[in-house]
Amino acid sequence: MRSILLSASRLAGSLLLLSATLSAWTNAKAQDTPLISGSAGFVTNTTGGDTSYIPVFAPLAALPLGQHLMVESRGGVLELFTPAASGYNHSHYAALTYLQGNYFATSHLTVVAGSYLLPFGTYNERLTPTWIGNFQDEPLMESLGLMSGGIGLGGQLRGPLVSRPRYSFDYAAWYSARSANSQFKADRSSGGRGSFYFPQQRLEVGASFGRLMQGTHENFAGAHLWWQTKEAGFRFRSEVARGQHAYGYWFEADGRPFAFGKLDSFAGRIEPVFRMQQTFRIDNVASDSLPSVNTQRADFGLDYNLPHNTRILTSYSRQFASTGNVNIWETGIVYRFLFPVWKGHKQ
Amino acid sequence: MRSSILALCAALGTVAAVAVPLMAVQDQPHPTVSVQSKGAPSGNSKSPEVKDEGERVFKQNCARCHNSPNGFSSRITGTIVRHMRVRANLSSHDEQALLKFFNQ
Repeated sequence: MRSILLSASRLAGSLLLLSATLSAWTNAKAQDTPLISGSAGFVTNTTGGDTSYIPVFAPLAALPLGQHLMVESRGGVLELFTPAASGYNHSHYAALTYLQGNYFATSHLTVVAGSYLLPFGTYNERLTPTWIGNFQDEPLMESLGLMSGGIGLGGQLRGPLVSRPRYSFDYAAWYSARSANSQFKADRSSGGRGSFYFPQQRLEVGASFGRLMQGTHENFAGAHLWWQTKEAGFRFRSEVARGQHAYGYWFEADGRPFAFGKLDSFAGRIEPVFRMQQTFRIDNVASDSLPSVNTQRADFGLDYNLPHNTRILTSYSRQFASTGNVNIWETGIVYRFLFPVWKGHKQ
Repeated sequence: MRSSILALCAALGTVAAVAVPLMAVQDQPHPTVSVQSKGAPSGNSKSPEVKDEGERVFKQNCARCHNSPNGFSSRITGTIVRHMRVRANLSSHDEQALLKFFNQ
């Protein structure tokens, strides 16, 4: 209990520090007011007939410091109500997800320092916020290439290397030190990601590489392919990754039925989603959190985008494995907030 | 059964306690930026044209990952764009174009 309170107070303290430290930043440009964003949600998960209830709060703070610096952080607080022999067990979780400083060195180079999301594949950096992801669950193979927790502690170089009308190429390369601190836990690792984007085809293809440099050294490799239609009514995302003990893939498609109305019409707010995924175990020297046996899973979802940045997520999944097949039902409602920390200057 | 109902009520109460004040703060009358009214996917255009560089950047980078928010205060436009510069690996040229798009 004491450690939970400590974690919560650290999280709250860090977020408050980010805003309070800079409340003296009165000369900030009118549009550079620090912001608080994130989501508050309530989700349920029914796996094999057992239902868990999870209220979750995930705030994000971003603070520009002049023209070349910005500090940003995201945290997570959740309560977990899980079924027990009689009634429900209750547990807490509160932690910083990341806390990083960004230095915009040149048009093509940003230096990131601190605790950051590892840029391996696409899911960890882009789709983990609960207000963005189409499903509550991350893909089964997500931990491949993300070391122990998807977080690095050290430095990162990133930016667009080439940006042309017909194509662009961006990169991210990281080095992370080992840390056992409960809020900044990270493995010693290095790696990077490179992506080509073709605007006219709205196609992105990229590759990632990571090396774990502590304990048993391991290499991870991955690739991704994203595509969307011209008006972003349909999006296709996919990833494949391989480690020394397991590999897997996922692909996901979502769409908004433009043919039946505008985005703010009843039909236009509906968002059907589908994800297919498979994981394969090479051996049982498991250094990742993938299932212990080969597993296949199909996820069928139906999301509804309410006004005021509120989203309802529902899904049914069927998971197949030699250890047993299982049905997974999930529902949730997520509210996304986004506002300035203080009133700021008038333009 | 009673404990599960209590757990559910506690959970809903927690969400409401967090969300309601936030909604109240967010609905304060700041000058707001509505991305959808600026040309983000609306679904009612049969031959969508990219009006400017900023709209192109928005459609190609922001909409690739997430739906556009309903609106936000114009006071944080620069901060949002800078956050996106890191997350989406935008160049400074694209960052300025996106900022201009939001300010139109």
